[in-house]
Amino acid sequence: MSFTIIPVGTEIDFLGRTRLFVAISLLLIGGGMVALFLNGLNQGIDFKGGTVVQIRTQEVVPLDEVRDALRTVGLGDVVIQEYGSPRDLLIRTAAGDEEVGAKIKASLLKQFGDKQVEVERQEQVGPQVGADLREQAILAIVYALAMVVIYITVRFEFKYAVAAIIALIHDVALTVGAFAVTGLEVDLTVVAAVLTIVGYSLNDTIVVFDRIRENHRENIQLPVTDVINRSVNETLSRTVLTSGTTLVVVIALFFLGGEVIHDFAFALLVGIAVGTYSSIFIASPVVALWDRMGRKDEEADGDAVSSSRA
Amino acid sequence: MSKILLWKYAAIVVVIGAALYFLLAPNEKDKPFNLNLGLDLQGGVHLVMGVQAKGAVANHVSRLVDEVLAEAKTNKIYTLSARSMSPTRQEITFAAPREREKFKEFVAREYPGLIYADVDERHGTLSLAAEEAKRIEDFAVEQSLEIIRNRVDALGVAEPTLQRQGKDRLLIQLPGLDDPDAAKRLIGRTAVLEFKMVDEEVTPEEALAGKLPPGDEILYERTVDKVTNQVLKRTPLVVKKRAVLTGDMLTDARVNIDRQYNQPYVGLQFSSVGGRKFADLTQANVGKRMAIILDGNVYSAPVIRERIGGGRAQISGSFTMEEARELAIVLRAGALPAEVSVLEERTVGPSLGADSVAAGKLSMIVGGVLVIVFMAVYYRFFGLVANLALVLNIILILAGLAGLGATLTLPGIAGMILTVGMAVDANVIIFERIREELRMGKTAAGAIEGGYDKAFSTILDANVTTLIAALVLFQFGSGPVKGFAVTLSLGTVASMFTAIFCTRALFDGVLATREVRTLSI
Repeated sequence: MSFTIIPVGTEIDFLGRTRLFVAISLLLIGGGMVALFLNGLNQGIDFKGGTVVQIRTQEVVPLDEVRDALRTVGLGDVVIQEYGSPRDLLIRTAAGDEEVGAKIKASLLKQFGDKQVEVERQEQVGPQVGADLREQAILAIVYALAMVVIYITVRFEFKYAVAAIIALIHDVALTVGAFAVTGLEVDLTVVAAVLTIVGYSLNDTIVVFDRIRENHRENIQLPVTDVINRSVNETLSRTVLTSGTTLVVVIALFFLGGEVIHDFAFALLVGIAVGTYSSIFIASPVVALWDRMGRKDEEADGDAVSSSRA
Repeated sequence: MSKILLWKYAAIVVVIGAALYFLLAPNEKDKPFNLNLGLDLQGGVHLVMGVQAKGAVANHVSRLVDEVLAEAKTNKIYTLSARSMSPTRQEITFAAPREREKFKEFVAREYPGLIYADVDERHGTLSLAAEEAKRIEDFAVEQSLEIIRNRVDALGVAEPTLQRQGKDRLLIQLPGLDDPDAAKRLIGRTAVLEFKMVDEEVTPEEALAGKLPPGDEILYERTVDKVTNQVLKRTPLVVKKRAVLTGDMLTDARVNIDRQYNQPYVGLQFSSVGGRKFADLTQANVGKRMAIILDGNVYSAPVIRERIGGGRAQISGSFTMEEARELAIVLRAGALPAEVSVLEERTVGPSLGADSVAAGKLSMIVGGVLVIVFMAVYYRFFGLVANLALVLNIILILAGLAGLGATLTLPGIAGMILTVGMAVDANVIIFERIREELRMGKTAAGAIEGGYDKAFSTILDANVTTLIAALVLFQFGSGPVKGFAVTLSLGTVASMFTAIFCTRALFDGVLATREVRTLSI
């Protein structure tokens, strides 16, 4: 006998609990949006402009000493934080002029000497480039969503495309919300992660949709709700397995991939978990809902016709 | 075994062979597996420079207007002054309304590239045609790129990338370099070298008090603290505005050491025209001072003692060896036609890059092993086959990167790790289908066939959507993000081949050679 995670013949009534899951999702998205409204997103220098200098010190240096050393430069608001280990520090300022990085380095070297401090990374983005990158990032997400709607409309039907997009917006909203709540930094790689989530979540959704379409074709007399429920159940073990293997590698990346890629891995982690959830609990019910509404419209139209005839 | 199956095996062997060739073929640069590592992995400097191309136009216009006014004067057309209105337009004031009419005629005849327009009786404007301005801007950007390329080449960076980006931006990537400030000094310096005569008739104090003779300007000689880079002192100097000689007459610039003071200086070699001009100039001005000016700063203003022949001159000052070397490089490569500024800079030190590679490898191995163990336990024999496909998939991604000459970045490694998770997806979809077919009572061969057939369109649709996302990423992304998009796309395409085509061929081979009753799935 084979191993199975989901027992054969599982019949969970997913659609019956649509309201519950929609309520949960709305609550979570709502919470994220409140955080977004209150805190905003912690935009990295990619979008805001500014300077980041990452240094490694030979011994642990108190943050206050670093702060004092930098005070002489007069850069205004300087944020200093540990970056993965007490010896790795990240210094960021909103100033994005050419000389800022050099000034920071010079004052640190003067204070601690070049044996003590090593500059590992220095990034500086001017405000104009930041604005350009932000615009490009937003455009990229919009383009990706638009192209996906077109593809699903061509391959399936428009109602599937609508459901897939609602699920996608749900996933993106929850991921963005997670960044607003945690205050983790949003930079270019996080946008890349969000676009990956768009692809991945769709991947999941499409596997379920494919089965719905197949089952619908083979059992045309069956009520749509039953077809959808059956399809979600039939693909459940695949959904859980694939999400499982993907999550395993992303968790490995999150914990072992290093500080530079940490936020990126976090976005993937949230996105993949949420994407799996949405293809089961959000996308499929929306197809059912759309179908029901379409049917009602038809009936209403029919009534109108019959009443006008009367 | 059927002929088709043999062909399939041949195809697989060819693909694997090609992949191994791309990865293992010897290369002159000793790159591991022929992979280009991104700046975030090998360390280096990434710069985006903005060219102030409008400035080049303004320079061109003011030079042109000066020339026009001087020519007009030799033709006995008298103008009083010119004032810049915009980069492409200057307002001319005439001595008398009559001069205006003569001037108008003169410009139309001699300078068809300039557009004249009346303002009032005593004023008119000269402007540059819009297309001409655009052409000059475009040329300034291209020329800046070429000059910066020459400067970078002198820096001795292996495999630098220099590209024009959009209308007026330059992308510069210098792998292996970890001092961004030196690079910026070298790349960002305009390096306009001018020789101007010092006006001895007024003292700088008088000029500063407002008695600056027309045609003169005040420039400064700066004394800079070597350690803090702070300007300690600015000494004013009154010079004639018009340069008697400029840096475009140079053919060479080299660092030399002054034996007497053990000080580095930059020796200049003029072209033959420049050399003659310099000789005449020095002969005519013995006893006077000539200022050597770089980017508007006076470097020195020595007294001319005698006629200097042979086309040689030198710039001395209190340079360090490094400064002298940089100065020689920028003078040799020539002046930028417009000012450039750093818009974006990303520098990664080599040790951080190595850390990133190590962390990426570790998470890939840990994630990969977990997935492989899971697949083997869950799907047994089929799982092992899927694992083979997975390993092949990773090899194909790397080979694809090597073959395309694409760059592996840190997010690119993340993309590969992600692909490990997603590549088994195709096999999971297929194997779950096969299990379903078996439960419906199909034979081993029938279940495999049914499973693959039914799973195919699902996998195709699912992968196309991932590819769409990757494509958009590639379009919009820069550097690291682009690397991610490339590995994600390669992984998705490769998984279609490894997880579907290769595994199927393997199972069909087993089915063809022996009688299989039950499947280990």
